[in-house]
Formats: sequence, structure tokens, C-alpha cells
Amino acid sequence: MDPSVIDLSRLQFALTALYHFLFVPLTLGLSFMLVIMESVYVMTGRPVWRQVTRFWGKIFGINFVLGVATGLTMEFEFGTNWSYFSHYVGDIFGAPLAIEGLMAFFLEATFVGLMFFGWDRLSKLGHLIVTFMVALGTNLSALWILIANGWMQNPVGAAFNPETMRMEVTDFGAVVFNPVAQAKFVHTVSAGYVTASVVVLGISAFWLLKGRWLPVARRSMTVAAAFGLASSLSVVVLGDESGYALTDNQKMKLAAIEAAWHTAPAPAGLTIFGIPSMATRETRYEVQVPWVLGLIATRSLGGTVTGMSELVLQAQERIASGQVAYAAVQRLKADAKDAPARAAFEAHKRDLGYALLLKRYVADPAAATPAEVERAAWDTVPSVPVMFWAFRVMAAIGFAMIALFATAFVLCSLRLHMSVRWFLRAAVVAIPLPWVAIELGWIVAELGRQPWAIDGVLPTFLAASSLTPAMLLTTIAGFTLLYGTLAVIEVRLILAAVRHGPIEDEPALPADTHAPISAQPLAV
Amino acid sequence: MFDYEMLRLIWWVLLGVLLIGFALTDGFDLGVAALLPFVARKDAERRMVINTIGPTWEGNQVWFILGGGAIFAAWPLVYAASFSGFYLAMFVVLAALILRPVGFKYRSKRPDPAWRSRWDWALFVGGLVPALVFGVAVGNVLTGAPFRFDGDLRVFYDGNFLALFSPFALLAGVLSVAMLVLHGAAWLSIKVEHGPVHDRATAYGFAAGTLALLLFAVGGLMVAAMPGFEIVGTVDPAGASNPLHTTARIVTGGWLANFARHPWMAIAPALGFAGTALAMIGIYRQRAALAFGGSSAGAAGIIATVGCAMFPFILPSSIDAHSSLTVWNASSSARTLGIMLVVTIVFLPIVLAYTAWAYRVMFGRVTTAAVTAGPDFY
Repeated sequence: MDPSVIDLSRLQFALTALYHFLFVPLTLGLSFMLVIMESVYVMTGRPVWRQVTRFWGKIFGINFVLGVATGLTMEFEFGTNWSYFSHYVGDIFGAPLAIEGLMAFFLEATFVGLMFFGWDRLSKLGHLIVTFMVALGTNLSALWILIANGWMQNPVGAAFNPETMRMEVTDFGAVVFNPVAQAKFVHTVSAGYVTASVVVLGISAFWLLKGRWLPVARRSMTVAAAFGLASSLSVVVLGDESGYALTDNQKMKLAAIEAAWHTAPAPAGLTIFGIPSMATRETRYEVQVPWVLGLIATRSLGGTVTGMSELVLQAQERIASGQVAYAAVQRLKADAKDAPARAAFEAHKRDLGYALLLKRYVADPAAATPAEVERAAWDTVPSVPVMFWAFRVMAAIGFAMIALFATAFVLCSLRLHMSVRWFLRAAVVAIPLPWVAIELGWIVAELGRQPWAIDGVLPTFLAASSLTPAMLLTTIAGFTLLYGTLAVIEVRLILAAVRHGPIEDEPALPADTHAPISAQPLAV
Repeated sequence: MFDYEMLRLIWWVLLGVLLIGFALTDGFDLGVAALLPFVARKDAERRMVINTIGPTWEGNQVWFILGGGAIFAAWPLVYAASFSGFYLAMFVVLAALILRPVGFKYRSKRPDPAWRSRWDWALFVGGLVPALVFGVAVGNVLTGAPFRFDGDLRVFYDGNFLALFSPFALLAGVLSVAMLVLHGAAWLSIKVEHGPVHDRATAYGFAAGTLALLLFAVGGLMVAAMPGFEIVGTVDPAGASNPLHTTARIVTGGWLANFARHPWMAIAPALGFAGTALAMIGIYRQRAALAFGGSSAGAAGIIATVGCAMFPFILPSSIDAHSSLTVWNASSSARTLGIMLVVTIVFLPIVLAYTAWAYRVMFGRVTTAAVTAGPDFY
């Protein structure tokens, strides 16, 4: 296939997925924060908490629609741009997507309408339940999509069927309870909670700095501080958990993140700084902290973190084994009853995907030369410099978030959060950081999966649709234009809503008229 | 529980249920959006029209998303071949549908008339274009799409974007628009206050219904003279999902053969005509419930007609009949179909229950007075 088609397909998927995930984290987190705020309103009956809930509900709404709009693309993009992937693994991968629609999207989409339109038609408790259903729906949808994504990282519970030329489910329970998917789910939703907490914290801090909407800002900040501290601890601790799961399933990803070119004696040191080079396969200017990596990754003093060179040797063996499986599949295609071919296939089928790596260099993987096998084996190493740095920046932001929310929590507890101005400024400046971390997190997860679309099963360069570069350029330009325009509009509307503050429009007033703060119904 | 053949049949029916579910729910949202600039002229009128679907369109759209997911899970080859084969058409649909959520939410955020007028256009495009392209896609499914599989079941295409718009496909597209505009007009006749908007909606609805009846009849006549497909020899309904084992050929008028073989299938086109006619009577006599029930039955009948005509084909190939996808060669494994069936049996009733509750909460006509007074309206 035309290599530019692969690159353009990957570019489009990366753009649309990363763009979609600008909106999702806020939806995941803000929905639960709305539940907390509204619960306080229902329990205390104080109108100010209704105002708090309704203001953040408005921000939620502006953000939510773009998450929905860009999610449409994602549901169909596997079919439009990755049709061989869709055929090859649809038997497994399609199910979580369909269940997501049935179990999660209907829930969030049906109740979100009532959340916005039902204030006057539902009892207080009824409306709270509706808000909770929205939060439950958005988070369930994250669960199912991460079960699908987790399966791409660690494809358990499936086997290749030569009669249908695809992977088929052998154990659906293993797909659902995939440990990689579980770790990813907790890590990802926690990151969403952090994002929402940072946004609420930052906007509240902005108001406190300006001396506006103090009763709403103060209360919002308290909710954000508590929710944010719990979530930022969760995202880092359970991020580590997903690194731990890697050591069993995706050793190569971990080795690339750590720029571990060779297996180091246990316990391995953690590289804090360095400039990894793909050409020389070494890291220059390395600064290491002894023991730490071994302790984090293997939870022991004796465990080793396998290096990339050693993993490449293993890949070479698996490619050789895969060549046998590939040859057997060709014979089974001609004659499904060929018993020796069936036996050879059964013995080597777990390595079939590795033979497909050779298709980049030869039409028939069974006929590849040892040099081509070695080249294909080195292809299993993802881009080390990107992995190394993306991970480090993400992790640094994660720790910065813990520091921010720990400070916020202490200040809120001491009732100092309205007066410490350096903290309020820091909270405003911090607003973009969770997005940087989250997008880098996806880059680590998905670039680290390369060269595979499905780890060990299907190489990315075989997964794309047979489209033309012109078609792909058309849609990339179209999505960029459409998404770019919508992003500008969205940010402007959110900024306008923040400027406008948590007052409800009186129809008689021009939109930019503010009543004095003292006239607001802010019973305290 | 069920054998493979039965599971495939059930999932073929469920595919139809999904498409009909989409047409009956999100269909009126599309129709209302396409009617927006015509039935409502003043801002308060437009807001009234938008707010008839504002609280519920989002849940309705999930039928479309679920359609994508369920085809992926149950018919992965259909998902792979159709969405990549109709690549640019799919992009046009997605782009139009992306405008919708934003249009609903953002339009009312600013009082500026230019701003609102731009979003009215966006909503109009978001209603009309998907309705048209879905119909065009169904037309192309009936004529067969230009794709073929290689030995690894990788799909290749010969067609281009403009070739999708053949006269027959355009007819199917306009029929789809007419059907959904009728459905949208019937919805408006239930949901808006009596007055100019209501009157315009019923007038457009009556015209759309007439057009739908006419085009459905003409389409039927065209199909009789058009190539259809039939399977040659016997197929194993429980065989492996591999289209390369299929032998099929093109037969003129072949899409009508099922109705001769199974006369009960004529219920589908009869429902298409009768439902649409009833909807028009309902609109004419100001019986809103009859109008909406009729347009629902009509849309269901028209969609079911296509399914019955094509069975067991789902996506025939116009360039290589042997690559055609059928109920017997394009499904997931029996295990996946079984698991998905259990999930559907458990969750679909729950979905229908809370959807019904949501409509009950929002029950009643929307008025211009209410939308201009309440802070929560779009």
C-alpha cells in the first residue's frame, strides 16, 4: 500500500482523536463535580449552591456538545479509514463500541437533555438523579472505549481463524476484565477529574483575584480543591499502576519510555534526563537515579526491566515462528482440511502477527531473508525520544497537579484561599496544564504501541483503508477547518460565560448588563 | 441458545430495527432542522421550533452512533466495506451532523441576529444533508457498490464520489428527505402551538408526503427494470463468514423476486404507502397523533421494503458479484453475535423505558411565549 496513505490515515486519526479528547476529560470530571455541587444544594437547600451548579452546568454544556460532535467521527473512523483493522478485529473490537452506545451513550444523551431542560419540570431530587445519570453515562462510556483501547494494547481472549481471515473472540470475559483496560480506565477518568478540578479551581481563582462573584467562587474552589486532590493522587498512583501492567504486556513501551536500550542489572536506575538517539541506539547526557525504576516497574529489588535490544531479539524469534504460521495459513486457504498445515498453524499462531511485520519489506513473509527479519524486528521499537520526553513532561505535570491541589486543600481548610494571591495566580496559569499532560499521555500510549495497530497481532501499515492520498487530504483539510472554527467559537463562548458570571439572564436586560453583586440572591 | 443461522437472522432483523429506530427518532430531528428556515421566520418562532427537539434530539442521535457500533460488532465486513467505500459521502454526513449539536447549543448564546442566522443555516444543513445522503447511500446499496475483496479480505474500490449520485440514488435521496420532512412536520404538528408555524408545518408536511408517495412508487417501478442480485447454488447459512465462498449473479428485476417468493413481505411496501397516506390524512384533518403515527409507520415500511427486497444481501458489489456481502457471509462469529444479543436484550428495554420517561417529562406543546421567558430554552 502507498506509504503516504498510511501516514495520512494516522495523521487524521491522531488529529481527530486528540481533538476529541480536548473535550472529553472536562465532561468526565465536570459531570461528577456537578453531582457533588447539586447534592450540596439538595441537602442544604441554599440557593447559592443552585447558582454554583447552574453556572458550571452552563460551562459543561458548552464543552459537552463538542465532545458529542467530535465523538461522531470517532465511531465511524475505524470503518472509513481503518477498514482492514475493522475486518480483522471487528469480531472483538466492535462489541465494546456497540455496548458503549447501548449502555452509556443513551444514558448520558437522554439525561443530558433533562439536565438542561428539566430544572422546572423535575423535583430537586429528581433533577439530581438526572445529573447523576449523566455523570454515570459519560464515565461508563469511558469504561467501554478503554476496554476497546486496552484490547489494542493487550489483545487477550482472541485467536486468528484462517477460515474467516480474522481474529475472533475466544473469551469475552478476558476482553472485559483485561488488566490493561482496567488500569487505563482508572488513570484516564482520574485525569478527566483533575482537568475539571483545574478548570473550576482556575476560574474561581480568577474571580477571587478580580473580587467578583465571591460566594460562588469560594464554594466552587472548595469543591475543586477536595475533588482535585483526590483525583491528582489517583491519576499519578494509578498511572504507575498502568506502568506496572506494562511490564507484563508491553515491555517494549516501558523500555522506550525509559530509553532502556539494554537490560540493566536489577534494580534498574530511573533516567531523569537524557537525549536518546534512534540512530546510535544510546542515550547521551544521561542522569540516573539508582534503583528507582526497578522498584516502580517490578515492585521488587530483584526484578529486571528488559531492554530494547533484548526485546528485539525476542521479536526476531517470534517473527521466525510467525513465518511458519503465515505459510500454514496460505496452505489452509487453499485447502482447509490440510492436517499438517493445521498443526503447524496451531503451534505458531500466536506469532502470526509478527510475520505480518515483514510485509513492509516482502510480499511473502515466508520468503524473507534474515536481514529483512532483523529489520522488521527493529521496527518493533517505537520512537524512543518522543516516548522518553512525552512521558517525562506528562509525569512532571502530574506531580505539579498534586502540589497545586495539596496547596489548594490546605489553604481552603485554613480559609485562606481567598487571600493568598500568588496561589490564585498559579491556579489561573495552571488551567492549560492538564490538557498538555493528557494529550501527551495519549501520545505515549498510542505512539508507544507502534508499529502495531493491535499489539503483536496487526501492524498499523496493514490496517488502513485502500484510499487515495487526495481523499485523505480532502478530509484532513475539512476536519481541520471545521474543528478549528468550532474550537475558536467554543473558547470564546466559555470566556464570555466566565466574564458574564453566574447570574441568570433576565430577558429584559441586554446581555452584557451586570447587576451589582449585592443585588444577587446569594443567601449565605 | 440459538444456532449460528438463527443468530444471523436475528441480527439482520436487529440491523433493521436500528435503522428504523434511527429514522423514527432522529429522523424527525433531521426533518425539523431541514424545515427550520421555511416554517419559522421570526427568531421567537425559530426558537420555538428548535426547542421542540432541543431536550431530546441528543438521545435520538445515539441511534445513529449505536448503528455504527452495532454494525461494527455484528457485521464487521459491512462496517469495513461500506464506510470506507462511501468515504467522502461519510465525511459529508459527519461534517453536517457535527454542526448540529453545536448549532442547538450555541445559537442561543448570543442575541446577535447574524450569529443566529449562521447557526440556522448550520442546523438546516445538519438536517437536510444527512437525510439526503443516507437516502443516496441506500440507493447505492440497492444498485451495488463498486468494491471487491482480495484473498486476505482486504477491500478495494473502483468508484468515485460523484458516481454515487446516479438518477436512482438521487431519487432514493429525495425520497429519504421527503419521508423525514413529513415525519418532522408531523412532530411539529404535535409540539408547536397552533398558529403560523403550525400551519406552515402542515402545508410542507402535506407536500412532502405527496412527494414521498410518488417517489416510493416510481422507485418501485425503477427497481423492477434494474439489476438485482441473487445467490447461485446453495449456501451454508451457518458457514464461515468469508465472502470469497459466495457465488452471486446479477438478474434484472432481481430485487422483486423475494416478494414473489414470500408474498407476506408485501406488508412492508403496503405499510410504506398506507402509513404515509395516513400521515397526510392526519395532517389534513389536524389529527396530530394520527399524522405522527402514520409517518412513523410509513418510514418503517419504506425501510423494511429495502431490507426485504435485498435479503439475504446486505451490501452487493456492482463490480464483482462474488464479493457481495450477505447475511450468511459477513457476520461476526456466533459467540460475538450471542454475547451482543444478550446485551441487547438486557439493555434495549431499559433504554426504551428511560427514553419514554424523558419524553413524558418534556410532554406538551412548546410556545413562543415560553421560549422567550425561560432561561433554559435554546
